[in-house]
Amino acid sequence: MPEAAEQIVATDIKMTARDVKVHYGEKMALKGVDLDFRTNEVTALIGPSGCGKSTFLRCLNRMNDTIGIARVTGQVTLDGDGLYGPGGIDPVLLRMRVGMVFQKPNPFPKSIYDNVAFGPRIHGLYRDNDHLDQIVTHALEKAGLWHEVKDRLYEKGTGISGGQQQRLCIARAIAVSPEVILMDEPCSALDPIATAKVEELIDELRENFTIVIVTHSMQQAARVSQRTAFFHLGDVIEVGDTEQIFTAPTQQLTQGYITGRFG
Amino acid sequence: MPTIGDQHIVKSYDDELKLLHDALARMAGLTEVQLAAAIEALDKRDSDIATKVMNEDPKVDECEHFINEQTVRLLALRAPVADDLRMVISTLKAAGDIERIADHAANAAKRSLVLNQMPPVAPMRSLVRMGRLVAELLNEVLDAFLAHDAERALAVRSRDQEVDDLYSSLFREILTYMMEDPRTITACSHLMFIAKNIERVGDHATNIAEMTYFISTGRALGGQRPKRDTSSFEDGSSPA
Ligand SMILES: Nc1ncnc2c1ncn2[C@@H]1O[C@H](COP(=O)(O)OP(=O)(O)OP(=O)(O)O)[C@@H](O)[C@H]1O
Ligand SMILES: [Mg+2]
Repeated sequence: MPEAAEQIVATDIKMTARDVKVHYGEKMALKGVDLDFRTNEVTALIGPSGCGKSTFLRCLNRMNDTIGIARVTGQVTLDGDGLYGPGGIDPVLLRMRVGMVFQKPNPFPKSIYDNVAFGPRIHGLYRDNDHLDQIVTHALEKAGLWHEVKDRLYEKGTGISGGQQQRLCIARAIAVSPEVILMDEPCSALDPIATAKVEELIDELRENFTIVIVTHSMQQAARVSQRTAFFHLGDVIEVGDTEQIFTAPTQQLTQGYITGRFG
Repeated sequence: MPTIGDQHIVKSYDDELKLLHDALARMAGLTEVQLAAAIEALDKRDSDIATKVMNEDPKVDECEHFINEQTVRLLALRAPVADDLRMVISTLKAAGDIERIADHAANAAKRSLVLNQMPPVAPMRSLVRMGRLVAELLNEVLDAFLAHDAERALAVRSRDQEVDDLYSSLFREILTYMMEDPRTITACSHLMFIAKNIERVGDHATNIAEMTYFISTGRALGGQRPKRDTSSFEDGSSPA
């Protein structure tokens, strides 16, 4: 795939994927994906349903390991270190460095505070309770949720609105200070206002994190990302600067998909 | 397995894009006729044709108005991307150029009415020749635009130099003529303005050629087209 091979030769590459293939039993879901993710950039993964976006996203923090029949080959690196194979990064540590936000907001049935404190507690990332308070406050602020929940920190995380829940999940993800955040259709259950807030948040988070987002909204991909990769039937058909992809894609398939002539 | 086609999944989107395309085609057709008629009015000293050109101009404006509204609609409701976006934006811009072209045609027609009150002047023959060339280039570029044919549009663009050369030599011819017979100064001044109108049409045609290139390739044409219109340096004394 010559387009996908157009890789960036720079030092600011956070993660790379080379010839990543995934099988679910006999079925091949990814056919050899090459992609680079640059630090402080948002990369959008787009493509029709079933083309392998979520499968690929899960390769980036070894979430496929949790699916029994999934088999991953190829190489993925984080800061140059391999994720898979002998000497690969420990999955628990990896998922702290590469956090994930899912399509449906999935707060734990605990208090708002405990939701955000969960990661730091598991990984022992705090010195004392004051420090933990700081971490929770900071994460909620970063997620743009602090002002909405500061007076109800001990109410259930499941009791707030869907848009707030999704930002709570983002706060939970960033509380462990990850380096990369993966988001799988994070706004698909949200109204336009909540969506706009999450998008604004993604733009701010970009300063400190590398972000990979799967989205079915072409407008969202165009709004939040700097790079866009178009997946189709388990292949990356085209990857490029978002502006180029949405004004002048080089591949017919990309054009057909983003203009809605795919049918 | 999904395939890509020429048509959008949402058929009404196709209909709306076609509406825009058809409006531009209509505007282009009207304007071609307007320019050709203005030149004929000059050539034949026909005031009826000239008057008709002036009266028809609002029709072109209406087309532009429709295209403006339809563009806003499409941008707001369909959020076009890729080749659709390029088509919509280029059509909007081309409509602006075509509207100016029609204005230049109407201006030329208006001055021809004044010229018809005076004795004919010889440089009119060269002016009409230049007008016919520009009209030909305009037809060519509008066809290319509507067909998204970049190659054809570039061929037109490269010929704008011919127009500029004709304009420069016409300018000299008119100056010489006025100096030889000062009684023709009034008529010749009108001629000069008309020549400028027609030369501007050539520039707008060039713009449309560049947009055609953008529609089909997604790239803007880099680099300035070489300009060799020397009329601004004329003082009438040297052949420059
Ligand atoms: N756990 C699984 N077991 C078996 N097959 C799976 C599993 N997860 C995904 N697949 C298959 O792998 C392919 C890619 O699925 P994936 O979920 O990655 O697609 P996607 O691009 O994220 O689609 P969507 O946009 O609908 O979320 C599909 O054919 C899917 O059926
Ligand atoms: Mg998915």
